Amino acid sequence: MKLQQSLIRLLVPLLALGVLAGACGSDSNTEPVPTTTAAPTTAAPTTTEASMPEELTPIKLQLQWFTQAQFAGYYAALARGFYEDVGLDVEILEGGLDIVPASVLNSGAADFAVSWVPRGLVPREEGTNITNIAQIFQRSATLQVAFADSGISSVADLAGKNVGNWGFGNEFEMLAGLRRNDLDPESDVTLVQQAFDMLALINGDVDAAQAMIYNEYAQVLETVNPDTGELYQPEDLNIIDWNDEGTAMLQDALWADADRLETDAAYRDAAVRFVEASIRGWAYCRDNANACVDIVLDNASTLGESHQAWQLNEVSSLIWPSPLGAGVMDPELWNQTVEIAVSEQILSSPPDEGAYRTDIAEEAVAKLREQGVDVVGNDFERIVVELREGGE
Amino acid sequence: MKASRLHGPVRRLAVFCLFVILLMLGYTAYKAFGQAIDDAQTDWPAIGSVLPRTDDLTMPSVLDIVRGVFDEPRRSNEAFGSIVFDKAVFTLREASVGFAVGVIVGLGIAIILSQSQLLERALVPHVIASQTIPLIAIAPIVVIWGRKNVDFLPWEWQDWMSVSLIATYLTFFPVAINGLRGLHSPSAEAVELMDSYAASRRHTLWRLRLPASLPYLFSAFKIAATASVVGAIVGEISAGVDGGLGRQILLEASRYTTGPERLYVAVLFAAGLGIFAFLTILTFEYGLVRRKGTELVL
Repeated sequence: MKLQQSLIRLLVPLLALGVLAGACGSDSNTEPVPTTTAAPTTAAPTTTEASMPEELTPIKLQLQWFTQAQFAGYYAALARGFYEDVGLDVEILEGGLDIVPASVLNSGAADFAVSWVPRGLVPREEGTNITNIAQIFQRSATLQVAFADSGISSVADLAGKNVGNWGFGNEFEMLAGLRRNDLDPESDVTLVQQAFDMLALINGDVDAAQAMIYNEYAQVLETVNPDTGELYQPEDLNIIDWNDEGTAMLQDALWADADRLETDAAYRDAAVRFVEASIRGWAYCRDNANACVDIVLDNASTLGESHQAWQLNEVSSLIWPSPLGAGVMDPELWNQTVEIAVSEQILSSPPDEGAYRTDIAEEAVAKLREQGVDVVGNDFERIVVELREGGE
Repeated sequence: MKASRLHGPVRRLAVFCLFVILLMLGYTAYKAFGQAIDDAQTDWPAIGSVLPRTDDLTMPSVLDIVRGVFDEPRRSNEAFGSIVFDKAVFTLREASVGFAVGVIVGLGIAIILSQSQLLERALVPHVIASQTIPLIAIAPIVVIWGRKNVDFLPWEWQDWMSVSLIATYLTFFPVAINGLRGLHSPSAEAVELMDSYAASRRHTLWRLRLPASLPYLFSAFKIAATASVVGAIVGEISAGVDGGLGRQILLEASRYTTGPERLYVAVLFAAGLGIFAFLTILTFEYGLVRRKGTELVL
């Protein structure tokens, strides 16, 4: 009897602890919205959110990484009520290390996804029927960065050097760039797997490190140079920009479920409105950079302020100017991306017709033009962002 | 007896603190040694190749790490340590739920398998095989499944519950395996005695087998408690669930160059969380098993 009691005494508090811990603090963020969207046929939501006006269409957007200025336009559209204005109730889902936006989109757990073009095309080739509906970034942000005193200032200079890269599909612009300069990535350079920080470059483990212009490149400039006691300066670094080398591949784009676009008119309509409000968000960030950085930091307060300001500035310059209107695919850049994807054997053959479509972005851009929004951004000019130590 | 019981934990804490201080001194000494060699421009072959580098980026000084706890990020008027503490509480919740569910599932499996030799032989390999599936493979599946397919539950599924489920996956295994051993642990004489009382299977289980398995279970709980913390952290990183320690560690790792001490702080909090989970189980064990006169196994 005693043993039985002690057993109960053991299990009850242990389990209670777990349940209690679960119960407390469940007030925090991420109230998931029922998964159904415009499609009235799918399963009914389990609970009805009383706080949500009936007319708003619930939409989930899957990002490919965590909250940062790379996605500022979407956060701005949310915070400024642009999504609400077009009748959408948008929830932004952050990415993770093993979350593939294309699979989340395909599973129906998200309605739209942000993904690099090659990372959308590979699952598409494998049978995931998703399509690029708006090409937000018109340029690539990938650089190869070296210290100025290393003597590396062009792709040809990489011969015989340790060339850092992240792997996992981030390396193809660089590999194509090497080949285009008659360097064999297998034998003429030493490819070094690089962590997601710039320590390898600073410590000299690699001669040229891979970096995103809006992120890792800035991280170097936020680090104190032990030789001078000051932060590293842009003059200390040489960059190789794959946009200039002609091997750039398209990056952040909005993807949608291609089958649903065909069969579900409400979804297609929501897609147009979603792209419209998103571009409006990006235009807002272009014209109100400081306010936009604040919005990003409101969503992720431990991020560094000057780092995010830098990031937004660079991201804006990846978008603007967009000669055909923001979000509308430039066929030339698409073809270049596909060409490299095939020659680097990321894809076995060029994707079919439906891999991207411009009708949705064009409709969105036309609507924005009517409202007087500048969707080309010819006047956009990079500002000079002063980085502080640690990006603070 | 009474005195040692009182002094035991105090002494243990003192030893622990002493060890932490020694660790900090050793860290600082190694750093100073490496720095001195650097300053002397001597090419000491081991440091920087076999042994870690000692510069401030690779090994921020203990003082910098402590300062990192109290530094306030520009945008918040909260110390970094207190932000990370909140994240740790979030992760602890995921881990606790995962642990609780894991204990229930693990015990359930152990009890069912203990009832039949055939079942045990047939299913134990499957239980073992379940642990060879890497977490990163199941994490995205669990998250997507959680977001989409659990409309039948009476409550709304949230992403952190997916992380708890991942923690459960690591937790149930030691409980099931150790529990099974524990349930088999009573001697044949004890079982025969129960039989001679004409005790039912349920009685034997409840009065003899389960109590006898307590020491085994507690060993399992201790492994499971730390595993649930690991599962929660890895699950967060993998699934991209915001609010917890795993996410913070990944964020700090990706901007390591510009603030190495922040990563150190986050990782130290993770270590603290594991120790806390372990000690919680130990406290329960102390109150329950120890009273029965069974040996405590640390």
